Amino acid sequence: MTQKNRIATGGQIDRSTTHSFTFDGKSYQGHPGDTLASALLANGVRLMGRSFKYHRPRGPLTAGSEEPNALVELRDGARQEPNTRATTTELYDGLFAKSQNRLGSLKFDLLSINDRLSNFLTAGFYYKTFMWPAAFWEKLYEPIIRHAAGLGSLSLKDDPDVYDKGFLHCDLLIIGGGPAGLAAALTAGRAGCDVILADEDFRMGGRLNSETFSLGDDSGADWAAGIIAELETLPNVRVMSRTTVIGAFDHGIYGAVERVSDHVHTPDAGKPRQILWRIYTKRTVLAAGATERPIAFENNDRPGIMLASALRTYANRFSVTADKRVAIFTNNDDGHRTAADLHAKGIKIAAVVDVRPDAPKTYDYEVLEGQVVDTRGRLGLSFVELKLANGSTRMLECGALGVSGGWNPNVNLTCHQRGRPVWNEAIAAFVPGEHLPAGMTVAGAAAGDMSTAGALRSGAQAAKLAIDLTGDIPDLPQAEDAPVNVKPFWYVEGCSRAWLDQQNDVTVKDVKLSHQEGFRSVEHLKRYTTLGMATDQGKTSNMGGLAIMAELAGKTIPEVGTTIFRPPYTPTAIGVFGGRHRGQDFHPKRLTPSHLWAEEQGAVFVEVGNWLRAQWFPRAGETTWRESVDREVLATRGSVGVCDVTTLGKVDVQGTDAAEFLNKIYCNGFAKLDVGKTRYGLMLREDGIAKDDGTAARLAEDHFVVTTTTANALPVYRHMEFVRQCLFPDMDVQLISTTEAWAQYAVAGPNSRKVLEKIVDQDISNEAFPFMACANITVCGGLRARLFRISFSGELAYEIAVPTAYGDALIRKIMEAGAEYDITPYGTEALGVMRIEKGHAAGNELNGTTTAQNLGMGRMVSKKKDSIGSILSEREGLNRDDDLRQIGIKPVDPAASVPAGAHLMSLTGPVDAAHDQGYVTSACYSPNLGHSIALGFLKNGSERMGERMRLVSPLTKVETEVEIVSAHFIDPEGGRLRA
Amino acid sequence: MIIEHPLLGPRDAAEFTYLGDARLIDRPDWQSETAAHDFFEYGYLRDNPAGWHQELWFHEAGDRSWLVITRNTVTHEISKVELARDVARSRGRSK
Amino acid sequence: MHDLKTITALGGSEPRTDTFPHITISENDGLALASVAARLGSEDECNKHMQDLLGAVPAPGQAVLGEPESGFWMGPDQWMIEAPKETHELLADDLKDRFTGCASVTEQSGAWVCFDLVGAGMEDVTERLCAVPIRKMQTLEARRTIIHQLGCFVIRHTGADHLRVIGPRASAGTLHHALMTAAESTA
Repeated sequence: MTQKNRIATGGQIDRSTTHSFTFDGKSYQGHPGDTLASALLANGVRLMGRSFKYHRPRGPLTAGSEEPNALVELRDGARQEPNTRATTTELYDGLFAKSQNRLGSLKFDLLSINDRLSNFLTAGFYYKTFMWPAAFWEKLYEPIIRHAAGLGSLSLKDDPDVYDKGFLHCDLLIIGGGPAGLAAALTAGRAGCDVILADEDFRMGGRLNSETFSLGDDSGADWAAGIIAELETLPNVRVMSRTTVIGAFDHGIYGAVERVSDHVHTPDAGKPRQILWRIYTKRTVLAAGATERPIAFENNDRPGIMLASALRTYANRFSVTADKRVAIFTNNDDGHRTAADLHAKGIKIAAVVDVRPDAPKTYDYEVLEGQVVDTRGRLGLSFVELKLANGSTRMLECGALGVSGGWNPNVNLTCHQRGRPVWNEAIAAFVPGEHLPAGMTVAGAAAGDMSTAGALRSGAQAAKLAIDLTGDIPDLPQAEDAPVNVKPFWYVEGCSRAWLDQQNDVTVKDVKLSHQEGFRSVEHLKRYTTLGMATDQGKTSNMGGLAIMAELAGKTIPEVGTTIFRPPYTPTAIGVFGGRHRGQDFHPKRLTPSHLWAEEQGAVFVEVGNWLRAQWFPRAGETTWRESVDREVLATRGSVGVCDVTTLGKVDVQGTDAAEFLNKIYCNGFAKLDVGKTRYGLMLREDGIAKDDGTAARLAEDHFVVTTTTANALPVYRHMEFVRQCLFPDMDVQLISTTEAWAQYAVAGPNSRKVLEKIVDQDISNEAFPFMACANITVCGGLRARLFRISFSGELAYEIAVPTAYGDALIRKIMEAGAEYDITPYGTEALGVMRIEKGHAAGNELNGTTTAQNLGMGRMVSKKKDSIGSILSEREGLNRDDDLRQIGIKPVDPAASVPAGAHLMSLTGPVDAAHDQGYVTSACYSPNLGHSIALGFLKNGSERMGERMRLVSPLTKVETEVEIVSAHFIDPEGGRLRA
Repeated sequence: MIIEHPLLGPRDAAEFTYLGDARLIDRPDWQSETAAHDFFEYGYLRDNPAGWHQELWFHEAGDRSWLVITRNTVTHEISKVELARDVARSRGRSK
Repeated sequence: MHDLKTITALGGSEPRTDTFPHITISENDGLALASVAARLGSEDECNKHMQDLLGAVPAPGQAVLGEPESGFWMGPDQWMIEAPKETHELLADDLKDRFTGCASVTEQSGAWVCFDLVGAGMEDVTERLCAVPIRKMQTLEARRTIIHQLGCFVIRHTGADHLRVIGPRASAGTLHHALMTAAESTA
C-alpha cells in the first residue's frame, strides 16, 4: 500500500504532485514539501539505519537537524554522500538513498552480533582492549576495526559539484525564521534596516509549521507565510532559507552554508551545490529555537520511538503519522500537546504516561502516572512496558512512542566566543549566559522564552534594541502563552541499556561506568564514552549525560556544567570550505610574459611561488630531462642562451633617502654605489641569519630597482615596509612592488652581447656598458627598456626588461636576433646547474639557518654603518672558528653521483650525528666538467680544500668518497663576466 | 576579526598579516655600549600576555600600512588601532 | 618607431569579452597606469599637482575621474593614475615631469590586468568574489581586496552597475576564471 501512514488532509505538502524515490532499492512515493524521513514514514518505513557500534536497528528520533539516527547515503555514483540526515533531506523526484552501517541487508545486519557482545564493547573499550601485544595493533586490530568502524561509505570519486564562497554585509543578522526571528525581521525590516534572515529549513516558520495553534486569526503556518511574503518585498531584507548559520566568529562575523542545489537531483550547469557565506553584521538576533530532549529508559532506541515534538511535526507539517497507534511518555505539559494533536487527527492514543502526579487530565484518552520501563519489537516498536505510580505494571501496544523530557534552548552559537550557558531552574534547562558574541541578542525559545507569544514579543524587542529603534514595534498577533510546566526527569531508575547518545551508542550504563572509573570532568566523560562526539554533537544527548553525571557525583547540573559548543552547528561538507579553491584552482597561477611562447617551444613547467616557470625545453630525440638540461647548459656556455627571469621579485625604491634606506636593509654598503651601477646585496634578519639576496641597480641618485628571490618577494617587501614605516619613519623613501610590471630575460653566454647589440638601440660595448652596469635604454627602435649587466650563470650576461605587455614580442625578437648564434632557451634546471657550477648561493644555501659568515660573505657585513642584523651577526655563537663554511664537493670517482642532503663525515671516524662535519645543499651533474658536483657547508670548510671525506646518506644507504674543493667550479677568476 | 583601520574603516583581519609585539618598533641604538645586549633583548625577550597587548599588523591586501593594534589576546577585543608610522614617530624614531 | 606588438593580459591579440544575460565581463586593455607617491615633506606640493591633474585629490578609499587622467588612492600619500594607453603610452614619464621633486613615479602599465564588470547582476557577482560591501559602496569608492587569493583593487564606477577590477597581471587567467565562475553561478 502506498503512503499508508499519510493522514488524509492537511499539512504543508503539495499533494497535487507526486515524487518517486528509492530507498534500499525499493521504490516509494512522496510529495513536494516532504523530507526523506517524512516520506518514508508515510510509506510505513520506520527502520532507516543501523547504529554505529552495536548495529541496533534505528529509525528517526527527530524531525530536524538534531537527528542522531536516520542517517543515509544519499545519491549514488560520485555524488553519494554518507551520513545525510533523512530528517532534513528535502524530497525530490528521483531521489536515491541507501541505509548505511550494515553488513547484509538493513533487516538482517550480520554485524548486529555486536549487540550480543555489548558487555565487551562498553566505554573505554578501545583503550582497554587493544593495548597488547603491541605488534597486533597494526596487523590485526586496526584492519578489523577499520573494516567495521565508520558511519557510511565514501564513493572515493572526485566530487563533481562545485561550491561557492560569498560575502554579505548587513546591519542585523537574524538567525532562525520561527516566531521570534520573524517578529525581529518584521520589526527591523519595516524600520528600513539592512536585514538578513537565515533559517536552516527549506520552509521558514520554525515551530509555527509544526503546531496547530493560531496567531490571531491565522494558523501559525499561514501567519509565517504572510510575514515572509511581506519581508520578501522589502529591498532591505534578504530572506535566506536552506541556510544554516554554522558559526559565530569574532566581531560580528558569521559563517553560513546555503544549500542551493541539494533539493534538486543535480545542480544546474555552472551552479554551485552550496555556498559558504561569510556574513559581516553589526548586530545579531539569535532566534534558533529549542530542541526537545528525550528520556532514557531500557531499549528506548527502537524505530518508532521519537521525540513527542517530532511526532507532532510529522503529523501537522507533513501530514504523516509514524503509526496508527501512538503512546506518549512525558515529564512536562508539552508532551500532552502531541497527544491532543494526533488525537484530533484520528490517530489512536494508546495512553499518555506522565511522571508527574499532577499531569493534566483529559477524557479523550488515558493519562497514566508512571514510567516506561522497557520496550518490545524486533525491527520496530510493538509494545511498551509501563510501571505505574500505583506499583502495577502494564504492557501497552503501540507502534510509535513520543517521548518528551523538556526543551533545551539552542544556545550553541552563544558559546562560540567563550560564552558558557547558565542553568535556568524554571524550565530545567541551560539558557544563554554571559560573553555572547559581540552584538548578539538572543530571543524566543533560544533565550528560554518558550511560549509563542513570548517568542514574538522577545523577537520584536530584541530587534528594537539591536537597531536602536525609537518608534513602536509592529503589532503582534494574539498567540498561546502557556507557561513551562516541567519536572526534571532524565532516566528511569534501574535502566542500563538505555540510550543517551544514539549515534555513538552511549548508554546510561556507560556514563555510570565512566564515573566508577574516576572520570569527573564533563569533558573527560565526553571523551571517554564518546558521548556527544558524533556528527550530531549530542544535541539530543549531552543534557541527559551530564544530568546523570551530576547525580552520581552528588552535584547540581550547573556545577557539572556543559562541554564547549564549537562550530559548525550542523555537519558541513568539507567541499564548501574549499569553495572554488580545488584541483587546478587550489591557488592562483602566475604566468610569465613568455608563457605562450614557452608552451610553443614545448617547455616543461614547474611551480615556483605560484609562478609556472619553464623547467627545461625538451627537443626531439631527447629521452631524459638530463639530456635537455645538459644541452641547454653547454649551448649557453658555448654560445648564448636565454631564460625568463620575470619572476624575480622587484621593488622600486625611490626618494632622497633611498640609498640610506638600502644601507639599512642590506648588510653591505650602498650609499656610494654610482648611478648606472648594480651591486649584489645580502639581506640579514635582525638575528643575523641571512634572509634573502638580490641586486640593487641605481638608475638615478634617488632611484633604485631592487630584486628579491622569486619565493621571498612578498615577505621581503613586507620587511622593507616594516623598516620604512616602523623603524625609520622620517626617511624620504617610497616603495612599490614592480615584479609584474616588467618582463625580464637573462641573455647569457659569450655571444650574448652580439645578440643584444642587434636589439638595443644604445652602445653596449664592454667599455660603454661594463660588468654590473645598468641603464634605462630603448630597444627595437624606441621601446623603453632596462638593461642590467649582471650574471647568475657566470658567463658574459645581461638581463633586459620591457613593460610586460611587450614581453612576448621581445622574447621572439631575441630568438630571431640570436638565431645565427643558435640561441638556446633554458629553463630553471639549467639555470640551477650553471649557478652551482659558478658557486652562487640560492635558496638551498640561504635556508634560514645560515649566516653571512657561513656563506663566505662575512666580510661583506659592514661594521661602519647600522643595518638590520649587523649587531647580532657578531654574536660569539655565530663566529666560531669551526663554523660551517660554504664549499664545493666533487666525487673522487667521476662516475659517482653526489646526493643532495647527504652529510659529510671524516674518512675514518664513526658515522653518526655527533661526528657530523657538514652537509650538501645543492647538487647536480655538470656537463662542463663531466661529473657530479655539489655545494654544501663544512665546518671550517674554507681551510679544508683538497681534503677527502665520506659523504653519507644513511637513509638511502649511499656512501661516496668526495673531495672538498672551492665552490667556484667554473671561471673562478670571473674573467668571463667581464669579457 | 574586524580591524578598524584608521584611514579605511572596518576591514577583515584576513586582509592583514601579523608580526607580533609592537615593541619591535623600539629597535636599540647600534652604537650604544650595550648594543649587543640590547639587541639580544630586542630580538628574543618579549612578553606573551593573556590580556591587552600592543601588536604589529600589516595591511598586506590593503593599503600596505603597518598598524599598531591594541588587542586583548583573551577576548580578541580591539581597543585602539594606529598607524605604526605615527607610533614610531611618537616614540622618537626618525631616520 | 619600434614594431613590437603587445599582447593582452589574457594572452590574446585583442581583449576578451564574455557576455551573460546579467553581466558582461570585459578585459580592458586600454589603460596606461603609473603610481605616484609623495616625497616626505612635499605632500602639499604633490597634492597641488594632483589637484591640477585630476581636479581633486583622491581621499583614502576613493577614486576621482578626470579627463583624460583618473586616479585612485592606494595607500597613505600614494595614488594610482590611469589614462588611455593609446594617447598616454608614456604616462609615467609625463607624470615624472609634472611631479618633479615632489613625488616618486613608477610605471605600472604592465603590472595589472583590468576587467570591467557591467550589468544588472554586478552586485550578485561581486558578492561571490570578495568581501567589499558592494551594495553599500558609493560610486567612485575604491578598495583593495582579495579575489581568489589575489590582491585586487575594485572600484565602483559611474553607472550603478559598473565595477572595475584591477588585479595582478600575471594571474589574469586565474582572476578571469574566478569572474567567469561567479558569473555562471549567479546567472
